[in-house]
Amino acid sequence: MIALLDYKAGNLTSVRKALAAVGADVLTPDTPEDLARASAVIMPGVGHFGATSALDRRWIDAILDGVSRAKPLLGICLGLHFLFEGSEEAPEVPGLGLLSGRCVRLRPPEDAGLKVPHVGWNSLDIIRRDTIVDGIETDTQVYFTHSYVAPLTPDTVAATTHGERFAAVVQRGHVSGAQFHPEKSGEAGLQVLRNFLSQVR
Amino acid sequence: MLSKRIIACLDVRDGRVVKGVNFEGLRSAGDPAVLAKRYNEEGIDELVILDITATLEKRQAMANTIRAVARELFIPLAVGGGIRTEADAEAAIEAGADKVSVNTAALQKPELITRLAQRYGSQAVVVAIDAKLQNDRFAVYVRSGQTETGRDAVEWAREAESRGAGEILLTSIDRDGTKAGFDCPLTAAVSRAVSIPVIASGGAGGLHDFVDVFTRGASDAALAASIFHYSETSVSSLKSYLKTHGIPVRMTSPAC
Repeated sequence: MIALLDYKAGNLTSVRKALAAVGADVLTPDTPEDLARASAVIMPGVGHFGATSALDRRWIDAILDGVSRAKPLLGICLGLHFLFEGSEEAPEVPGLGLLSGRCVRLRPPEDAGLKVPHVGWNSLDIIRRDTIVDGIETDTQVYFTHSYVAPLTPDTVAATTHGERFAAVVQRGHVSGAQFHPEKSGEAGLQVLRNFLSQVR
Repeated sequence: MLSKRIIACLDVRDGRVVKGVNFEGLRSAGDPAVLAKRYNEEGIDELVILDITATLEKRQAMANTIRAVARELFIPLAVGGGIRTEADAEAAIEAGADKVSVNTAALQKPELITRLAQRYGSQAVVVAIDAKLQNDRFAVYVRSGQTETGRDAVEWAREAESRGAGEILLTSIDRDGTKAGFDCPLTAAVSRAVSIPVIASGGAGGLHDFVDVFTRGASDAALAASIFHYSETSVSSLKSYLKTHGIPVRMTSPAC
């Protein structure tokens, strides 16, 4: 059973539908205690980093408890940002701190004529091989919609460039994240979800 | 590099895809779910379902059509037409839309843009602007192109962005359904005035029209309906053409 966190930022229909398409059983936990029943956790996310403050200490402790028990955790978009220490978007709100670094606003060079938010299909540059990108090749295009980005660190698995390079996919052990939306990225996105599910024991 | 998006629009009335010329004289083009599946296989980047008669007939967004289209689709899906309230938006999003497109209601109640952006995120809020050239400026029309609003398209696009819109879907009423090419001056004027993506719509006829709107029109995405519906142009041949003309596009493997 995969727990899909609903913290009232955006809609989960698309993620739920994509998870069903790759054969996952999904529950949306009502209380932090429900997380104990899940074998993996997905933190979806759209919108503002401040929205993560809807997850109070009890939720965060329950998520971290799952991670300490080696349950796979996947953060999508804002959910990826939440894996880090925090974000410039809401500096007063701490992240989970599972990965080192802070998220910052995407700032392409002004003369590049590039728009922010970064919306649309862009290509992945696979930096290192890890479970989450099994079967995904460099130049595969996936769908992004965001204004803030996670830094390139040793946890970066794939990078994408929009004026500047940023982390598109991260993984550290059983903790992983996608800046793009796997549920909206066609076959490549479904493959990432399958890769995540393959980690679930 | 970020690809230029090719978006197929399904203008739906009574559960069937139709496409008119200058918003009038509709003719039937088929089942929305069948067309959506075909476009997805051909490598379309995004789909828009537009309930074209909803504004006139005060119809709610068609949840069943959305559900049928969204069922096997894992690319972005936007729904517009008749989204007048938060409840309308909620119904469309619950049925499987990733984005809602607001037009008339946004002009009448601009705070709707902000409320939707706060609830679903800006990425879920598209403001559709229907414009035509009038006395050297681009005038905004509503109610399927029947009513002038007195607003200027560039100024309204800027306001929509500041109120939380995530994208602008810009339709040229002069070009819609004519196949005379996109309105590049209109598109460029709006696209250069905002930092959110602008989707050009209205007038797609030949392959080179898309090259024009991505270069001279400075658009981030281009939307078309009839040229895809009647198989005059396949999505994959359009993308190959764009690629050979130096436009970055998402290439997908041909369906086996």
